[in-house]
Amino acid sequence: MWLTDSSIGRKVVMSVTGGALILFLTFHMAMNCVALISGDAYNAVCEFLGANWYALVGTVGLAFLVVVHFVYAIWLTIQNMKARGSQRYAVTKRPKSVEWASQNMLVLGAIVAIGLGLHLFNFWSKMQLQEIIHGTNFIAGQNGPTDGAFLIQYTFSQWYYVLAYIVWLAALWFHLSHGFWSALQTLGWNGKIWFRRWQVIGNIYVTLVILGFVAVIAMFFFKSLC
Amino acid sequence: MATIKIDSKIPEGPLAEKWSNYKAHQKLVNPANKRKLDIIVVGSGLAGASAAATLGDLGFKVKCFCIQDSPRRAHSIAAQGGINAAKNYQNDGDSVYRLFYDTIKGGDYRSREANVYRLAEVSNNIIDQCVAQGVPFAREYGGTLANRSFGGAQVSRTFYARGQTGQQLLLGAYSALSYQVHQGNVELFTRCEMLDLVMIKDEEGKERARGIIYRDLVTGEIKRCSAHAVVIGTGGYGNTYFLSTNAMGSNGSAAMQCYRKGAWFANPAFAQIHPTCIPVHGDKQSKLTLMSESLRNDGRIWVPKKLEDAKKLQAGELNPNDIPDEDRDFYLERRYPAFGNLVPRDVASRAAKERCDKGYGVNNTGLAVFLDFKYAIQRLGKQAVADKYGNLFDMYEEITDVNPYENPMMIFPAIHYTMGGIWVDYELQTSIPGLFAIGECNFSDHGANRLGASALMQGLADGYFVLPYTIQNYLADQIQVPRFSTDLPEFDAAEKAVKEKIAKIMSINGKRSVDSIHKELGHIMWEYVGMGRTKESLETALKKLDEVEKTFWSDLRVPGDAQTLNVELEKALRLLDFIEIGKLMAYDGLNREESCGGHFREEHQTPEGEALRHDDKFSYVACWNYQGEGKAPELLKEPLNYEYIKVQTRNYKN
Amino acid sequence: MEKNISFKLKIWRQRGPKEKGQFKVYEMKDIPTDTSFLEMLDILNEQLINAGEEPVVFDHDCREGICGMCSLYINGHPHGPATGATTCQLYMRRFKDGETITVEPWRSAGFPVIRDLMVDRRAYDKIMQAGGYVSINTGGVPDANAIPISKEKADLAMDAASCIGCGACVAACKNGSAMLFVSAKVSQLALLPQGQVEAERRAKAMLSKMDELGFGNCTNTRACEAECPKCISISNIARLNREFIAAKLND
Repeated sequence: MWLTDSSIGRKVVMSVTGGALILFLTFHMAMNCVALISGDAYNAVCEFLGANWYALVGTVGLAFLVVVHFVYAIWLTIQNMKARGSQRYAVTKRPKSVEWASQNMLVLGAIVAIGLGLHLFNFWSKMQLQEIIHGTNFIAGQNGPTDGAFLIQYTFSQWYYVLAYIVWLAALWFHLSHGFWSALQTLGWNGKIWFRRWQVIGNIYVTLVILGFVAVIAMFFFKSLC
Repeated sequence: MATIKIDSKIPEGPLAEKWSNYKAHQKLVNPANKRKLDIIVVGSGLAGASAAATLGDLGFKVKCFCIQDSPRRAHSIAAQGGINAAKNYQNDGDSVYRLFYDTIKGGDYRSREANVYRLAEVSNNIIDQCVAQGVPFAREYGGTLANRSFGGAQVSRTFYARGQTGQQLLLGAYSALSYQVHQGNVELFTRCEMLDLVMIKDEEGKERARGIIYRDLVTGEIKRCSAHAVVIGTGGYGNTYFLSTNAMGSNGSAAMQCYRKGAWFANPAFAQIHPTCIPVHGDKQSKLTLMSESLRNDGRIWVPKKLEDAKKLQAGELNPNDIPDEDRDFYLERRYPAFGNLVPRDVASRAAKERCDKGYGVNNTGLAVFLDFKYAIQRLGKQAVADKYGNLFDMYEEITDVNPYENPMMIFPAIHYTMGGIWVDYELQTSIPGLFAIGECNFSDHGANRLGASALMQGLADGYFVLPYTIQNYLADQIQVPRFSTDLPEFDAAEKAVKEKIAKIMSINGKRSVDSIHKELGHIMWEYVGMGRTKESLETALKKLDEVEKTFWSDLRVPGDAQTLNVELEKALRLLDFIEIGKLMAYDGLNREESCGGHFREEHQTPEGEALRHDDKFSYVACWNYQGEGKAPELLKEPLNYEYIKVQTRNYKN
Repeated sequence: MEKNISFKLKIWRQRGPKEKGQFKVYEMKDIPTDTSFLEMLDILNEQLINAGEEPVVFDHDCREGICGMCSLYINGHPHGPATGATTCQLYMRRFKDGETITVEPWRSAGFPVIRDLMVDRRAYDKIMQAGGYVSINTGGVPDANAIPISKEKADLAMDAASCIGCGACVAACKNGSAMLFVSAKVSQLALLPQGQVEAERRAKAMLSKMDELGFGNCTNTRACEAECPKCISISNIARLNREFIAAKLND
């Protein structure tokens, strides 16, 4: 199977799963932005995406994408370290055109993964998980599993969470700024002219997505200060 | 020994039909028998790689040797300008005959008609073959192949791939070779250097080339390899001069090993001095960099008209751009109005030397002339010049720290190519049965001077289209001969001799490095066997070369161990052969009391300083037959009979 | 203007592929700045030989930037700090008086060290043998002008074909991937009608050989492109990806 046996195949898996995750993030960000306007509306979205069959299928699919992306990342990294050899250079310099992110995707990915864990703990475990297991492990003041608006307000009124989420999103920005064009490059949709275009498009797109997330965090943090 | 008769095996018939006649009547080997025949190809340049690939493709079992880590590194890769072919795609009057004529004339009437005609004939097949291999030759917007003009021709017949034609052609041949390796027909021996030729007597007592002794350069092991025929395509011996445009590893050792086993060495004095090289800058310099001859298409060569300007330039007190046009001496355009800056290499080099000898040279050494693109930039625009020559300009700037778009380049002649080499007959077989020589390594096609873009043509012609035919005429008689064991006493003896020689070199334990002695050799060669030679200088050279040889055997130091990788030992073995080649060149130069092509005897020139040939006495190939260590070689003469061309004095003036 | 500089050379010395190597420091005095880097090493070797030591072993041949033999990793860059140039085209005017110049071999599992700074790059030959050619025999080919090829395509093919097979891409790549090398050859031949015929087979064969030989996976860091002495573009890698994926989807 070329998706496991060949280097390009393995990279294709990374690109496709990565691309799908970018799309998910876009959707997630759009959903979050609803909270900027109205808590109730946001909760309605949460309700819509509760433990319904389609949301569950989506969640499982998403989890699968994440796992595949992780596993391949680790697999590729181990292979690449092996290919590099045991003896390392004493002096290394990064050429100007080489993005810092491109050489640190695994580290950035790991930060993103830790952030994801935190995020699941803050939100998912209090919401969809409780719904699935019919649990009642809620935060004091949380009005049932679909009260996402409260969780946002609660989480982002604590400065250390805000800080952690900003770090997380920064890492995500770096990860995606390379990941976006890299995925297209791996799929072969690139060339001398499109290379710059994809880079610009990617940077704008990714920045907008991340800003969307940041906006929600920032708004609720500043609200909590007032 | 005077009884040796030279048979060059020129086929019967009119010139234009000789090659067809030969092919029609030669003996061939059937496919089943080809599998049983082994061929050793030493060298993996254009000639070696194309021959090995084609022979493998035909079904022979080929073993290809090269000293580099990959066949793709052979120095053919550095050829810049292009490859000639008589395609007449430009409709400018080219033809096989004209290419043949230009090559003979360019070679100053010292090459064999039949060989050169065949070369011109197969030139067209080479272009077809290379295009089919995926060589990205330059093209016109309409999709057809582009051409440019080169020295010594009045038509545009040179095909090119930017300034990297040699690279692209070699990579084409290398890819064909790789294909045959994949098919299992060719076995590669990289980082392996031939150290001797092994000859075995056949049933009739005739000695034939049957194998080689080689050194695995990584492990230092001395190994053996046997075959039904041996082909050497190991290039030229320009590095005898230490400073040349050849690669550091280029050497004449394989040729010399064959020479010592009885292969005649032909016209060794014919060495080409290329007019457009970057001038020497210091005594630590290791090689000279060539600026492609194609630059002469658009660049104009000049020196100051006034001696005082030259003095100021040498002292660094004057910027060349401040010299007005009327004070510039475009000496090639002045002396050779018809060909101008595109005269053949030997003529251009000598003209530069003449100006520098008179004190008009530039650079701090006074040993350089200008190659100016100011006029081309005015005419075509900077971008067009950059498109054509950008990579060469960048290379020049990197080396000299001078921007050639703004300042004229400085150039000076340097040793580039050797027309002389192992003598071969029409079949490219040497005087040793079963030993063939191809490419620059043989002497055959360029006479006393090679035209630009003809080396690539000859290497590929030999490898793709000539040797694969002619070698079968030899091998057809060998199909009954079983594969050879390398345990035969002949191999034992050859290996023993090689090991003794190495042990002797390792035991000298003197004080001097190989390079320091090689530099000394180079100085002697350039000084006394260089662009202008005299009887005295050549005799001095012979004396001095004996001294160098003595120095070698008494004062050389090769550190390390012979039984492992030892670069100094590799170089020492090659140096020893260079010293011997140097002597051969001096012998040949002394014997040839005329000036022709790359060989300029100062006693023999016209009042205008042009080369003066003596066709009545020297219209022959000088073949040197080895007589043993320390003995002068014997001269054999192969007369050159021109049946189809009228021998004239070369004229590039009008 | 040319002048003389003095500096420290920190050079990797290693007897053989299995043996442990280490850096050795050599003092270089009054080297003219118009000396090439390799000529500077010649000077060092001359000094070592005169002192009865073994010279530093390094690969080099044409010394004009085309054979691809030279392969030094200088101060953190394959082929040194100059861009678009090989080690042999590097001149000492790029360095400063008093600096320490660190010289290492290509370090990659695909290119084991033979001795000192010399590495074994036969893996590249093997990749080429897997499919880096047009499978034709000598003779029997059509006239060179029989198939017109657009100048743009021919120029793009030439850009890719200018690869010298030096291995700097692998040396620069943190993943030890040979994708730039493979893609250059695949691109060159895929762009030309002569090579198009077996383009799919070639892309698959060359890539699988590259993988088999232990080169890493490309993660698009672009270090190869930045360090390539012939400025081969990673757009060739995109083309290889395209060719390979299309070939696999066609299977």
